[in-house]
Amino acid sequence: MKEVETKMLERAKELLESGEVARVVGWKKGEFCYDPSPATFESVEELKDFTYDWFCGANLSKYLIQISKKEGKTAVFLKPCDTYSFNQLVKEHRIKRENIHVIAVECRGKFDIEKIKAKGISFVTGAQLDGTQVKVSTLYGEETLEKSDVVLTKCATCNKDYQVQDEAIILHERTKKDVDRFAEVAKLEAMTEEERFAFWREQLSKCIRCNACRNVCPACSCVKCVFDNPASEISAKVNSDKFEEQLFHIIRAFHVAGRCTDCGECSRVCPQHIPLHLLNRKFIKDIDNFYGEYQAGETAEGKTPLTSYTEGDTEPNDVFKGEAK
Amino acid sequence: MTNETLIPKVGVITDIRKDTPDVKTFRVVGTDGKKLFEHMPGQCAMVSIPGVGECMFSITSSPTNEEYMEFSIKKCGCVTEVLHALEEGAQVTVRGPYGKNFPVEGDFKGKDLLFIAGGIGLAPLRSVINYVRHYRENYGKVVIVYGARSKDDLVDIEEIQTEWMNEPNTEVYLTIDRPQEGWDGHVGFVPSYVKELGLDPNMTAVLCGPPIMIKFTLAGLLELGFDKSRVYTTLELRMKCGVGKCGRCNVGDKFVCKDGPVFRMTELDELPDEY
Amino acid sequence: MKKIAKAKLNELYAKISESMGLFLPIKRAGEVNYAVWGEGKEVSLETLKTVKSPKNAFFPDSENLMKFKTEGKNIEIIDVRKDYKEEKPFVLFGVKACDYKAIEVLDRVFLADPVDSYYQARREATTIVTLACSKPEESCFCKVFGIDATAPCGDVTTWLDENYLYWQANTEKGEALTALVADLLEEGGEESVATQQEATKAILEKLPFSALDLSRFKPENLNDLFNDPAWEEMSEACLGCGTCTFVCPTCQCFDIRDFKTSEGVLRYRCWDSCMYSDFTLMAHGNSRTTQMQRFRQRFMHKLVYYPSQNDGLYSCVGCGRCVNKCPQHLNIVKVIKTLGGKNDD
Repeated sequence: MKEVETKMLERAKELLESGEVARVVGWKKGEFCYDPSPATFESVEELKDFTYDWFCGANLSKYLIQISKKEGKTAVFLKPCDTYSFNQLVKEHRIKRENIHVIAVECRGKFDIEKIKAKGISFVTGAQLDGTQVKVSTLYGEETLEKSDVVLTKCATCNKDYQVQDEAIILHERTKKDVDRFAEVAKLEAMTEEERFAFWREQLSKCIRCNACRNVCPACSCVKCVFDNPASEISAKVNSDKFEEQLFHIIRAFHVAGRCTDCGECSRVCPQHIPLHLLNRKFIKDIDNFYGEYQAGETAEGKTPLTSYTEGDTEPNDVFKGEAK
Repeated sequence: MTNETLIPKVGVITDIRKDTPDVKTFRVVGTDGKKLFEHMPGQCAMVSIPGVGECMFSITSSPTNEEYMEFSIKKCGCVTEVLHALEEGAQVTVRGPYGKNFPVEGDFKGKDLLFIAGGIGLAPLRSVINYVRHYRENYGKVVIVYGARSKDDLVDIEEIQTEWMNEPNTEVYLTIDRPQEGWDGHVGFVPSYVKELGLDPNMTAVLCGPPIMIKFTLAGLLELGFDKSRVYTTLELRMKCGVGKCGRCNVGDKFVCKDGPVFRMTELDELPDEY
Repeated sequence: MKKIAKAKLNELYAKISESMGLFLPIKRAGEVNYAVWGEGKEVSLETLKTVKSPKNAFFPDSENLMKFKTEGKNIEIIDVRKDYKEEKPFVLFGVKACDYKAIEVLDRVFLADPVDSYYQARREATTIVTLACSKPEESCFCKVFGIDATAPCGDVTTWLDENYLYWQANTEKGEALTALVADLLEEGGEESVATQQEATKAILEKLPFSALDLSRFKPENLNDLFNDPAWEEMSEACLGCGTCTFVCPTCQCFDIRDFKTSEGVLRYRCWDSCMYSDFTLMAHGNSRTTQMQRFRQRFMHKLVYYPSQNDGLYSCVGCGRCVNKCPQHLNIVKVIKTLGGKNDD
């Protein structure tokens, strides 16, 4: 990972020094080895804090909505999953594509510090991939964990490939995972209605309505969210009853249906670890089922199943019954 | 229960006066027909229509009025829109009074007073002006400069013309932004009018109006030689509780609801520029 | 000092629950938060940091303030406080030193004149049992704020090791609770507690944030800090979500809203966040229009505004929840280091 970071840093310096770009969007170091933050670098001097490591899980695409409006060109480092969000935002005319220089960067999955800490490991000072295992160094020595236990939930089932790039920095090829990203959804589908309701109720009852899922979501790019608009009569800062906490997440899932690229940021940021991405994945699975396979963000053009009509479309009634034609 | 600060009292609207196309003055008493509570000039109250919302308004009437309270309210948001649609006899809820008042029993006493207001900014000043008129002998000369967009936007012009203008040792200067048929008074913005009038800088000044008016008027007063420590204004920020707990109306370490809304310009100078 | 075997803790909870409410860290759907105890609930005293702090025992996420019945033009106000179950005495159990200090921070807001009777009713009905920390982790920095994680106050202080929960009453309320559960307690434990305290203190000394420099965060530097250009950079990745405020044990800003029901209008208050764009929105303007301003407000409030109004008491207790939970890893430590490091004297 260090070599990748070095290459990225070199490239960022070149681009800034030559004036090809006015700024570079990437990640900067935090207080520990595992808490980098998204950052904009406008000078070579500022790049001293630049980092790219196993903990750079954040999706940078949504920041480009604001940044691409700025004067001058912006270079951005995008991981495979981030390129889908980027395309989708370009498609929705949120990002000015001509102002962005996309550098595709290597990603072999990112680690989740909370998953490491949940194993009882604290004072982590570093982490390195070693085949299918992760060597975690701490103040008290080294621990070895299975990679599958350590990666972010969104990375566990990711087989995404770069959908857009102006150049690439990739030193290690990724190995395709033999996983079904809909396996968890299928488990939920196999439940009875009562079991499924109980599952979501238990999970959603933890919601504190912090809006992190909404605010991080690249598909949630409304200038004013319906939940923030007093005139909508459903604006709320709190789940005032049991139904409402479900209302918020289900309305959000409906609103991003057909546009959600499955970037998994919603589940990454949830402070209560609610598996929100499963709601979106259910929609993705159903859309595939009802309208033919579709992956939002694969391209920045073209029609989308929920916004275009064809004569052969599944009838709405069948959708509600859960039957594909 | 009555001491609970967040629980309001029921008020009855006994009179509604349309002052300008978008300002109405509401007269409110308790369900027993008496005044809801006592206040001092510059203090505010939370008025609400259940189901719509609760907002902070300055109490426009003078405390010397023993029968009722009045609120001059401009229509500009959800709550005010519904308030404007109410009819006489309607009930609202009221709680207060909140905040610090103008020092009418302190620094203002014995002083020549200058009141400068723009548009709806007259609302909080009307309370002070009428208080000063009531205890006229306690104060020196009174000068009032009041401006609005047009003659139709001058709030409570009737009281100004029939009462304030006839008050002894009181000067009233009115101005509107643009020439208008039927207006033979002064035309121009408040800040420049203030400079033209060449006011005596030894007066104690009270400013209220839109932020831009305050900014330029203050600059004008300083040019005339006014001392910032004798210039007062009143601020307005979003409030929910009124008692310094809900955490949103602060400017630096001061809460407008509790430490304001009345501030000396010298106090504001010490606070961050975020209002 | 008294003690109770760990294996008998369920009996202790059951005994307390017979006559009082019991609110303690409970694991539900994988996460540990304070909740009401009941038979079969998975108590997790070992959890160092509950996701939410125990502040919602006194200042719940949402609570009804009053009801309005409207008929024609008439309004009737109905006081709903008598409906509160919480007014029955309850025990808040397992509170860590940082979270206990946070209650003092909240008290200074809600119990200051005019007293908030909703908060006060719950506060007075509560017996607080604190629990000393034995395994602080790298995001902890309570020591910076003068808090001793090994000896929290409260009505009763407890310590937990592999075998026992040690118990020491500090107040009248604490003595009363001790009397209630006296049959379950046995004497002893001083030595075990002392040993644990010593070991924990050694860890606390070495924590990476144990020596943060707060000296610049003084009221006299208010404007200098406010105008520091570093706020732009510090806040650039901020999503404007409310995670930091909602997991924070000292954040107490609230909103008051009306909710139309079939039986009239319910006026409730709920947690609010200064990080939200509509926090200061008025019909005719907004005093904080950028996320930088909102971000700055939160940290200025904790480190400068609140201390300025409360005898220098910071409204951060170093619990480290924001360090762990901010989706983009922005937090008060980074702010303290960035701004505190610019100390001229």
